[in-house]
Amino acid sequence: MTKIQITACIDGSAISGAVCDTAAWASKTLAAPLTFLHVLEETHSVAREDLSGAIGLGSREYLLDELMLLDERRNKLALEHGARLLESARRRAQSAGATVVDSEQRHGGLLEAVSAYEDKTRLFVIGRQGEGHGLQKPAIGSHVENMVRGLHTPILMATGKFSVPGNYMLAYDGSKTADDALERIANSPLLAGIPGHLVMVGNDTAENRQRLEQRQALLSDKGHQVESHLLSGNVIDCLMNFRERFQIELIVMGAYGHSRIREFIVGSNTTKMLAMSSVPVLILR
Amino acid sequence: MIERIKQDWFSNIRGDLLAGTVVALALVPEAIAFSIIAGVDPKVGLYASFSIAVIIAFVGGRPGMISAATGAMALLMVTLVKEHGLEYLLAATLLTGVIQIAAGFLKLGNLMRFVSRSVVTGFVNALAILIFMAQLPELTDVTWHVYAMTAAGLGIIYLFPLIPAIGKTVPSPLVCIVVLTAVAMGLGLDIRTVGDMGELPDTLPVFLWPDVPLNLTTLQIILPYSVGLAAVGLLESMMTATIVDELTDTKSDKNRECKGQGIANIGAGLLGGMAGCAMIGQSIINVKSGGRKRLSTLTAGVFLLILVVFLDEWLTRIPMAALVAVMIMVSIGTFSWDSLRNLTKYPLSTNIVMVSTVAVVVATHNLALGVFVGVLLAALFFANKIGRFMVVKNEITEEGLRHYRVVGQVFFASADSFMASFDFNEAVDRVTIDLHQAHFWDITSVAALDKVVIKFRRGGTDVSIVGMNEATRTVVDRFGVHDKPEELEKLMAGS
Repeated sequence: MTKIQITACIDGSAISGAVCDTAAWASKTLAAPLTFLHVLEETHSVAREDLSGAIGLGSREYLLDELMLLDERRNKLALEHGARLLESARRRAQSAGATVVDSEQRHGGLLEAVSAYEDKTRLFVIGRQGEGHGLQKPAIGSHVENMVRGLHTPILMATGKFSVPGNYMLAYDGSKTADDALERIANSPLLAGIPGHLVMVGNDTAENRQRLEQRQALLSDKGHQVESHLLSGNVIDCLMNFRERFQIELIVMGAYGHSRIREFIVGSNTTKMLAMSSVPVLILR
Repeated sequence: MIERIKQDWFSNIRGDLLAGTVVALALVPEAIAFSIIAGVDPKVGLYASFSIAVIIAFVGGRPGMISAATGAMALLMVTLVKEHGLEYLLAATLLTGVIQIAAGFLKLGNLMRFVSRSVVTGFVNALAILIFMAQLPELTDVTWHVYAMTAAGLGIIYLFPLIPAIGKTVPSPLVCIVVLTAVAMGLGLDIRTVGDMGELPDTLPVFLWPDVPLNLTTLQIILPYSVGLAAVGLLESMMTATIVDELTDTKSDKNRECKGQGIANIGAGLLGGMAGCAMIGQSIINVKSGGRKRLSTLTAGVFLLILVVFLDEWLTRIPMAALVAVMIMVSIGTFSWDSLRNLTKYPLSTNIVMVSTVAVVVATHNLALGVFVGVLLAALFFANKIGRFMVVKNEITEEGLRHYRVVGQVFFASADSFMASFDFNEAVDRVTIDLHQAHFWDITSVAALDKVVIKFRRGGTDVSIVGMNEATRTVVDRFGVHDKPEELEKLMAGS
C-alpha cells in the first residue's frame, strides 16, 4: 500500500482542536486525504471490590459475567463519546478546507493501533498532551515519546493553538538522522512556499560552515527559500533563543539519533525540544 | 521496554497489593494442606509456595495468575515421598523444572490447542474432586467436635461476606481460621492441629542442593515422577492461564509461561520446596479481589513468607478442621457447576469425553492420564464425525461403463465405508473412479483405493482413475493450505 493519507489522533483532550486544525492545514497543503483516529485504550474493569477471598458455586462463571457487564457498559459509553469527537473533528477539518475526511475508531493500545496505519500514512498528527493534562504545563504526554520512537513516519506534533506557519526552522546537527530529515523536507511540498531557517549548533569551524552551505544549496536547488545560521552554545538554549528572536512558527527536526542508554544518562535533546517548544514540531525519523 | 515493565507491574498497584494479600492468606492453609497430601512437613509446601509465587511473578507469561504448591502435583508425589523420602522429592522437583523449560523451548504450549473444552472442564472437575477427597482422612474416625468445627468453618466462610460493611473487606477464610483456632484453644479441645502434621518453617528458606547420589539409579527413580509432574504442572498452568485470559480479556504468552514454571520449580527445589504449578482456585480469588498484574503474584509470595516466618508459633495451633473447611471451599469454587447443567444440553460425545476425563483421574489420581484419555477420545469422536463427510455417487454413463464419483474426506475413519460403496459384483466392462472432489488424507485411504482397483481387475473390469493427483495432495504431511488460499478454497468446495 502506498503511503498517501494523513492520520490525526484525537482523544477529546484540550489539544484536540489544535490537532484538528494542524491536520487540516497539512491535508490542504499536501492535497492528501485526512483520517481521524480515535483509540479506545484498554482499561479493564475491576469487579466490585470484594476481598472476601471466598469462592463458591460457579464463582468463575459469575465473575466472568460481572466483569463482562462492567467492561461492556464502559466501552459502550467510550464508543459513543469517541464517535461524537470524531464527528466534530471531521466537520471542523472540512470547513478548514481539508480534502476527503474520514474517521475511524480502534480498540487497543495507542501505539499498537497507530502502527496498523503506518503503511498507508505519510504523516501522523498528534497532540503534545493527552487527556488529563492542561495546556499550560511544559510537559509531553506519556504517549508522545513512545510514538515518536515507535513510528518511522513523519509526525507533526501540535501544541497549544494552531495558526498557519509563516516560517520554519530546521534544526540540523550534522547526524545521519538530520541529513535524512533535510532531504525529506527538500522533496516535500509541505513547506515549499514558506521561508525557512537552517540552524546548526556547533563550533564555528570551516568544516561545519561548509557542511551547512552544502545543505542550504540542496534545499535551494529544490526551490526552497532558506537562510543558514551557525550558532554555538548549548543546543536547547540556542535553538529556543533563535526561535524567539526570529519568531519561528514551526520547528522541524530529526528525532532520537542516539541510543536509549546514552539518553538515559545524558538526557535526550529531542524529548527536551518536544517538551519546551511552544510552536508545532515536525519530527522526521 | 520501560513502558512495558510499568504496564506489567505497576498499572494496578492498589488492586494488586490488596488482592495479593488476600491470596497470601488463602495460600497458607492450602500450602499446609497440600504438604500433608504429599506426606511431607508443612514447611516444604510453604517454602515451595513462597519461591514459586515470587519467581513466577518475574518470569511467568501470564500476569495476575497465581502459582504455588498445588494439590494436583502433591497427589503425584505421594509414593515417591513414601518410598524414597524428601531428598528425592527435591531432586525430582529440579528435574521437573528442567523438563518444563525444555517444553517451553520446544513450544509445547502450542499443543494446548488439542485439548478441547470438555477435557478442560473434566480436568477442573477432577481436580476439585481430588482436593475434596484428600480432605476425607481428616474427617474419618474423629470425634463429633471435628464435624461441628468444619461445618462452622464453612458457615463462616460463606456467610461472613454477606455481613454488610465489613463482610467484603476481610477475607472470610482468614476469619474462619482465626475464629476456629480461638474456639479450639479457648475450649481446650483435643483435636488435631497443624502442629501435629509436621515441622513448620521458622527461618527464611536456605539454598540447598538435594542430598541424593548423582547417578543413573537416582535418575531412574525420579524421572517417571518428574515427567508426570512436568506434564500435570504445565497442563494445569496452561488451563489456568486460559481461564485468566478469559476473565480479564487479555492475552498471555503460553511458551514463556512453560519456561517460567520450569524456572520456578527449579527455584523451589533448591530452596527446599516441592514442585508446584498454577492454581485455578487461587487465580480466580486473585482476579475477583482485583489483582491483575505481576505485582499481585509477587505480593502474595512475599506476604506469605512474612506471615509464615513470624507467625509459626500460631500456625501450629490451627485446628485441622479449619483447614479442611478452607479446602472444601477451594474444591467447591474450582468445580465447574455449569458443566453439570450442560450435561443435558451438550452432545453425548462431548459428555463422554468430560466424564471419562474425570473418571480416569479419580481412579488413577493422575491428572495427566485423565487428560490423555480425554484428548484421545475427543480426537476419535472428531475423526468419526469427519469420516461421515464422504459419499460415493455412481451412474452408468454409457453402455458397459460405470462412473464412480467420490466426494469428501477419505481417511482411516472413512476408508471402510469408501470400500463398501463400490459394487464389485456388478459385471461391467469398464469403471472410472473420479477423485477430483475427494481428499485422501492418509496411507490407509490410498491402500483402500488400491484394493478397490485390484478387486475390480480380478473381476475382469478395466479401471481408470481420474483426478488422482488432486486427491492425494493432502497425503503429504506439509500440505500447505495455509499459505495458499486458493488451495483451501478448493478443499472446502470439494467437501
